[in-house]
Amino acid sequence: MSAYNLPDEKGHFGPYGGKFVAETLMTALEELRTQYLYYQADKAFQTEFAYELKHYVGRPTPIYHAKRWSDHLGGAQILLKREDLNHTGAHKINNTVGQALLAKRMNKKRVIAETGAGQHGVATATVAARQGMECVVYMGSEDVKRQAMNVYRMKLLGAQVIPVESGSRTLKDALNEAMRDWVTNVESTYYIIGTVAGPHPYPMMVRDFQAIIGKEVKDQMQQEYGRQPDALIACVGGGSNALGLFYPYIDDETVRMIGVEAGGKGINSNQHAATLVTGRPGVLHGNRTYLIQDDHGQIIETHSISAGLDYPGVGPEHAWLKDSNRAEYVAITDDEALSAFHALCRFEGIIPALESSHALAYAAKLSPTLGKDKLLLVNLSGRGDKDMMTVAQYSGITF
Amino acid sequence: MNRIAATFSKLKSANQKVLIPFITAGDPKPEVTVPLMHTLVKAGANLIELGVPFSDPMADGPTIQRSSERALANGVSLANVIAMVAEFRKTDTLTPVVLMGYANPVEAMGVDHFISTAKESGVDGILVVDYPPEESTEWAQQLSAAGIDPIFLLSPTTPIERVKQVAKLAQGYLYYVSLKGVTGASHLDLTEVQTKLAQVRTLVSIPIGVGFGIRDPQTAKAISKLADAVVIGSRIIEEIEKAPENSLLETLSSLVSSMRSAIDETN
Repeated sequence: MSAYNLPDEKGHFGPYGGKFVAETLMTALEELRTQYLYYQADKAFQTEFAYELKHYVGRPTPIYHAKRWSDHLGGAQILLKREDLNHTGAHKINNTVGQALLAKRMNKKRVIAETGAGQHGVATATVAARQGMECVVYMGSEDVKRQAMNVYRMKLLGAQVIPVESGSRTLKDALNEAMRDWVTNVESTYYIIGTVAGPHPYPMMVRDFQAIIGKEVKDQMQQEYGRQPDALIACVGGGSNALGLFYPYIDDETVRMIGVEAGGKGINSNQHAATLVTGRPGVLHGNRTYLIQDDHGQIIETHSISAGLDYPGVGPEHAWLKDSNRAEYVAITDDEALSAFHALCRFEGIIPALESSHALAYAAKLSPTLGKDKLLLVNLSGRGDKDMMTVAQYSGITF
Repeated sequence: MNRIAATFSKLKSANQKVLIPFITAGDPKPEVTVPLMHTLVKAGANLIELGVPFSDPMADGPTIQRSSERALANGVSLANVIAMVAEFRKTDTLTPVVLMGYANPVEAMGVDHFISTAKESGVDGILVVDYPPEESTEWAQQLSAAGIDPIFLLSPTTPIERVKQVAKLAQGYLYYVSLKGVTGASHLDLTEVQTKLAQVRTLVSIPIGVGFGIRDPQTAKAISKLADAVVIGSRIIEEIEKAPENSLLETLSSLVSSMRSAIDETN
């Protein structure tokens, strides 16, 4: 088998990906592609990126053996890649650090971002402060209400948060609005997309910046366990933490790759965000990929307990990994994710993000079906401090 | 000669410019769309751009997005939009109709099925905003084969090399976006439009329409001196949004008449 080398020059992963945007953005995307390809091969850029990841983000993050929980589950051992220990508490910062360095080299003084739960917004506001750049974050007005703490965090970091009142007032509308800002201010502004979606080169570039996760895991597994895991498990909204983990493993077919989507109130409930499990291909936000849509091609509002997975699209490379059967995609409900959330708190003293709790929940399902000698590596993509209010609310607790 | 070419050619011989209003199909009500199209033609429109509503109109500003949301709330689908064109064609066989929208509803219907029903219903051109030339070679060929003009956008940021690429696929007319930004914005720079159009004209032979940011008869007139067609979008949608239902047709008629008179002035 020949080595995996997608996307192609035009940003296609099989039939997925590409650049489906209005003419007004094509030139900016081409400039971004050219600049990124240049700096991807530039030693000084990569050295600075590595330095920032080590000294500012706090990498490498460890692999932790969740032994008590594994023993309780009674099957395969669960190992956690601790992305929750990164500065700002999630994997999102790996990408924003990389893109901010690129923005700086492209002489852009202003960065913009979209955010759902606020994690990518915080990660962007953080690097903008670090680099002395103006920062504007678009956030659906529904999410602004649900995530007041993260809005305040962004403001503390000097960012301007603009509530988006159009459409469903959530992540997808924030993305539309950020695109509009970029079209209007394209010469002064760099748009930091937070996931492996959007028009080429974003899916490729964000994947490359996040691939540090999988590269570290590969080395750490070899050093600490003398072998690679039997399966990699990660949650998938847009899919950046999953792809960051999977990418370095694509050519190693002995390792299973499992993406876990938000099953919300059940995949037959119409209240979920399980795009790859239930959706069908279409075009949204600049790329061709699986989408949650009605019969007429209108995008449907999604639901998940975790705002970070509440998105009707998914990165095009995941669409390709699904169709080519290299990765498997499954759904975990709100309730299942919550129960894994509580389990990790109690068995391991780690409060996981609700997004990551979906990956944990699937690991908890899979573990008892496998022998104790099997290793499941779960990407613990973020910490759960931001989810205190949501979890309390679901448990009927008011402060 | 198809309806689009015939229209541009007829107006050119009369030394007039093509006036193109944009409305969203199904806004404010599905039953208003066809009468509104006829009204626009009577008021002096020469070609109608009919917007296909989409849940996520990324290249449009808030005015057209709200219009799209109203149409979707009325349950308007792409199939309904095509049926409206068929209805319009029953009594108007001359005025070209161009559908303008986003890729996903087209792909959900199925490209082949969409093209054949659009053709049967009398659609003359199609502009899919998020199909840039790089992703459109096959699409443009399919439309051409069906006798429908693939319409493409050019923008102030489009470099000359890309203009050549767009020109290879575009038929009917090119739609020059007169400012950076989304529809409905208001910082149109006439000098920039003039310079860019002069460059573009050395590379393309089909007519050029200019739109985005044309909000009043004066601007329409100024643009008509530079372009072959003037497109009015958000300004019309604003009137649709504001006008009471019983005076909607009248209001739109007088707006389009005023644009018509302005671009017909000879001085």
